[in-house]
Amino acid sequence: MNLAIRDVKYRLGRFILTAIGVGLLLATVMAMGGIYRGMVEDALSIVRAPGADLWVVQKDTNGPFAETSRIPDDLYRVVRAVRGVREASPIAFQSVQLEYGAKSIRTQIIGYRPGNLGGPPAVSSGRPLAASRFEMVLDLKAGIPIGTRVPMGRMTFTVVGLTEGIVSSSGDSTAYVSLQDAQELQFLKANEAVRNERARLQADLNANPALAALSATSLSSIIQNTNLANAILVRLEPWADPNEVAARIERWNHYRAMTTVEQEEVLAKNVIERARQQIMLFRIILLMVSTVIIALIIFTMTMEKTRDIATLKIIGAPNLKIGSLILQESLGLGFLGYLFGAVLINLTYEYFPRRVAILAFDQSVLFGIVVAICVLASLVGIRRALAIDPTTAMGGGA
Amino acid sequence: MAAVAAQNVTKIFGQGDSQVVALKDAQLSIEPGEIVALMGPSGSGKTTLLRALSLIDPPTTGQIAIGNEVVFDGERVRIDDRKLRRQRMGIIFQAYNLIPFLTSLENVALVLTLNGISNHEALTRASELFMRLDLGHRADIYPATLSGGEQQRVAVARAVINDPAVILADEPTAALDTERGKAVMELLRNLGRNQHAAVIVVTHDERMIEGFDRVYHMIDGRITNHGSEAKEND
Repeated sequence: MNLAIRDVKYRLGRFILTAIGVGLLLATVMAMGGIYRGMVEDALSIVRAPGADLWVVQKDTNGPFAETSRIPDDLYRVVRAVRGVREASPIAFQSVQLEYGAKSIRTQIIGYRPGNLGGPPAVSSGRPLAASRFEMVLDLKAGIPIGTRVPMGRMTFTVVGLTEGIVSSSGDSTAYVSLQDAQELQFLKANEAVRNERARLQADLNANPALAALSATSLSSIIQNTNLANAILVRLEPWADPNEVAARIERWNHYRAMTTVEQEEVLAKNVIERARQQIMLFRIILLMVSTVIIALIIFTMTMEKTRDIATLKIIGAPNLKIGSLILQESLGLGFLGYLFGAVLINLTYEYFPRRVAILAFDQSVLFGIVVAICVLASLVGIRRALAIDPTTAMGGGA
Repeated sequence: MAAVAAQNVTKIFGQGDSQVVALKDAQLSIEPGEIVALMGPSGSGKTTLLRALSLIDPPTTGQIAIGNEVVFDGERVRIDDRKLRRQRMGIIFQAYNLIPFLTSLENVALVLTLNGISNHEALTRASELFMRLDLGHRADIYPATLSGGEQQRVAVARAVINDPAVILADEPTAALDTERGKAVMELLRNLGRNQHAAVIVVTHDERMIEGFDRVYHMIDGRITNHGSEAKEND
């Protein structure tokens, strides 16, 4: 006769309510795990999306995500000539704030040469960039439909396609535009700013008698180089060794070449590591809190049954029977709580502002942890139960 | 051979100056099918003797035998006390002590399942006993909704379901009115005799004294007679 099932059946309403409470707690643990995973996935999605083998960046930098990297956009021609390189193309990144209706949407602009490396891996609706100017492929997350005209800087872009799940390391939506548009967004200044800069340059020229004859207006267009990118994406021939090609580029072209794996490591270590650690720590604390709460619930449930356990001892129930009553109830509570938590998080994870990646592996590990927590928590109750004096069940008479 | 025998059973609580002798050289011997009462005022050691005999709280010194087996030899318990109680004893409490989350029938069947009998068989046997005790209509009811008399009858059924050699009852009628108390005692007597079990009933209720084979009187931890006066009360 299974005493745990009988007890749960008898106090079903209370047991379910308790399990819902535990489930809410576990849903928070699952959400934190999902946010943790989502943060990693978000951060890596932007590195993985172009499908490049190497990232050529400014020398002595960890660009373009962890540090600033600026390189000439025509460097790709030189890189393309390196043995083992099949394709090379510049890419530029920039954070901007889009105004859409009453909303301001932070967006990671990705500038690339349409038809070359660096574009979105897949467009879920609409089409990729076809024209070289004023078109944009946005991520679904921005919530802007195809066909919308979006003003940015001095330009107005038309949304021609949508991607899904490509966001920046901080979870912002991405917007693919042509490299030229990205460069203009980055370097084309407002008229006021251009006038101020020219006036400052003219003052500097006037102060130097040897240069006084030069005009700031004609000079500024020469000295201001806007043909810059943040990295050159490289795709290798199938037979080429990425490390060898990277070493060749670094030695002869004086730039840094990082494999995609290195780029992911840099991003994970430098950009999101602290946030990741913070979430991990919070997750551990939540699990500890869950352990304590489940232990307290099991302990209270055991205390409530003190007289019944004493009676069981008097009628000869072995400790195994009493222990299994508590262990099974603890596991039942954990299992039901886990089930509630899992259902809840699966119904709600899409509504979180940042990506919550619920992975089957993580859920399995958490289930294992919940089982371990329940076993641990039940030990407290079992210890208490085994210490109950059977005479408690009898009257106090002598 | 006695179903249960106690020789020079002494129980001392505490140590040094705070030492209390709750039971002093208690001697008793009860035959199978015999039903005896342990009577005495509060604090006379009746329940302590019951606890000692059932090894719930073993004595400090003395010897206890169940059938031909010495289960306590003055120094140590020589048997798994829980196994002894679930296989060879039935215990009835003053406050019934039914398990609240089991139905009446399950409360009784539980004792059988603890002895390794399958659920199905245990429930069948418990049902048969319920029919005999006219409790069939209360089988699926939880104890909380039973009357005191019904609860005690279920408790009696629980105590006898495993055909015990010894039935120990601690004030089984204390919480019942006279009529219900007598009915419970009658049931206990009949079942005890039919099953040839030695029945020891702790009581200080003079109303229930009829029908005992012997009565042991206790005062200040001592048995003041050897059951010889009991026949007069019968």
